[in-house]
Amino acid sequence: MDKPIISAQNLDLFYGDFQALHGINLDFDANKISALIGPSGCGKSTFLRCLNRMNDMIDGVKITGTVQFHGQDIYSPQVNLVELRKSIGMVFQQPNPFPFSVYDNITYGLRIAGVRDKQQLDAIVERSLKQAAVWDEIKDNLYDNALAFSGGQQQRICIARVLAVSPSVILMDEPTSALDPISSAKIENTLLELKKDYTIIIVTHNLQQASRISDKTAFFMEGRIVEYDDTTKMFVNPDDKQTEDYVSGRFG
Amino acid sequence: MQQNQKLAKQLMKKSKTARYERFGHLLSLSALLLIMAIVLGIIIFIATKGLSTFFKDHISLKDFFGGVIWNPGTQTPSGQQAVGALPMIVGSFLVTILAAVVSTPFAIGTAVYMTEISPKRGAKILQPVTELLVGIPSVVYGFIGLSVVVPFVRHTFGGSGFGILSGTFVLFVMILPTIVSMTVDSLKAVPKYYRQASLALGATKWQTIWKVVLRAATPGILTAIVFGMARAFGEALAVQMVIGNAALMPHNLVSPASTLTSVLTAGMGNTVMGSLQNDALWSLALVLLVMSLFFNLLVHFIGRKGAFKK
Ligand SMILES: Nc1ncnc2c1ncn2[C@@H]1O[C@H](COP(=O)(O)OP(=O)(O)OP(=O)(O)O)[C@@H](O)[C@H]1O
Ligand SMILES: [Mg+2]
Repeated sequence: MDKPIISAQNLDLFYGDFQALHGINLDFDANKISALIGPSGCGKSTFLRCLNRMNDMIDGVKITGTVQFHGQDIYSPQVNLVELRKSIGMVFQQPNPFPFSVYDNITYGLRIAGVRDKQQLDAIVERSLKQAAVWDEIKDNLYDNALAFSGGQQQRICIARVLAVSPSVILMDEPTSALDPISSAKIENTLLELKKDYTIIIVTHNLQQASRISDKTAFFMEGRIVEYDDTTKMFVNPDDKQTEDYVSGRFG
Repeated sequence: MQQNQKLAKQLMKKSKTARYERFGHLLSLSALLLIMAIVLGIIIFIATKGLSTFFKDHISLKDFFGGVIWNPGTQTPSGQQAVGALPMIVGSFLVTILAAVVSTPFAIGTAVYMTEISPKRGAKILQPVTELLVGIPSVVYGFIGLSVVVPFVRHTFGGSGFGILSGTFVLFVMILPTIVSMTVDSLKAVPKYYRQASLALGATKWQTIWKVVLRAATPGILTAIVFGMARAFGEALAVQMVIGNAALMPHNLVSPASTLTSVLTAGMGNTVMGSLQNDALWSLALVLLVMSLFFNLLVHFIGRKGAFKK
């Protein structure tokens, strides 16, 4: 077995006095899709935000334990937050393109990193939009405001925007929950393609989606991991009674 | 069956609340009509008065907008009527634009501090300070300008101290709160998820402010600046007290000059209704009115182009 690309150990997280995560231990393998499932409020988003330190912005958050990325503790004071977030990209639940042109959206991450070469930017725009499977739909409107596109297209533009900075891991928090089934299916196919080059960790409430696309699934409840295993095992023959109840729709 | 008929009858009868509603509707409609009539009346009045300079007194547009000597009723050395409004128009635009140019960076800096860097302290300071600054009457600003700004300009830049520069400084303080508070509003209107998206892409806080927040808020900031300019353009008293009130083309920023409003306030008590002197003043008022309509249109235009699509 290869070494995990991301590894959380004994992770506790407090919002003020409220403990949202209790001793989470999870390892994620490279070039796999891992799904995080569990009832609302169980801490999936909170955990996901720990992995690229987006919780740092929330007042009163306290985190103990470690998260390692390629064996490096990302919470150590020497860590370069800018580099970390370029390596671990994030796609949000609501499509959130900037109110600029598609081109400016996709090139944003590169431009702030100092890339100016027009040819290089053009090439990356095309490459990332193709990877995100929206190139054919919007290639003639690259200079239109990104907000003018449909929700599904916007979400794929957001995925392309993350891909443009060449991360190795992509975190996704319910990326299809605001979309119609056809757009969702397109994004699922995109993710299956992306798996070759990226590691994907996805939060989803759609159990079918988890079973369709993920290699591994972690089941969260009340801030704890109940079970973490291969997706097929989790859905067919889970070890834990709670997991079985949840995946068979008996509660949650 | 009977019950149904009763119900039907009741449904057809006008209820008490419906009558109240109608009454309220009429009341607000008549208030609206009254206000519209007043506004229309003012516009028509100023327009007829202001246009009679050209139609009744047969002053050419060229002499009015191109002439540089203002002394209505007399002739220029070259034999035209001395109704050249150009010095005042230039004066008005200069103080307005300069005040906006000086205020804008201050306003953006302040607004960024108050919304992005220290929102808690910002909210505590902003409200009282803006209210205070807005609440100070123009004459007080003018008085302070006269006793502090004018001597300061005289010592630092020479001249009499009266002029465009002093006017700019006074207007700067007067329009700053308007621009700041409107800029703060437009920064606050930038959705939080834009900031998150930017930070998650590896942007620093400053890059996020510069490249996303300020850019997304640009239409709102422009609107704020236009509002500030409209206020500066229309301000009369405070400017009149520090600008020197000489209806001359400003040679430099410290030579006495005048604006449309300062000439109006200085001259309106001293002319006879219907005379050329009086009509010429109305023409200045008309220029002011047209300009403020223009500012309004500009604000609408920017607002429509830049509204956030949700
Ligand atoms: N910023 C915050 N401040 C305080 N408490 C928070 C904050 N964000 C989340 N919580 C709490 O932490 C717990 C976990 O929330 P989290 O958003 O991670 O759940 P989730 O599993 O993503 O739920 P959902 O499926 O509804 O998105 C919840 O009880 C929530 O109320
Ligand atoms: Mg969530």
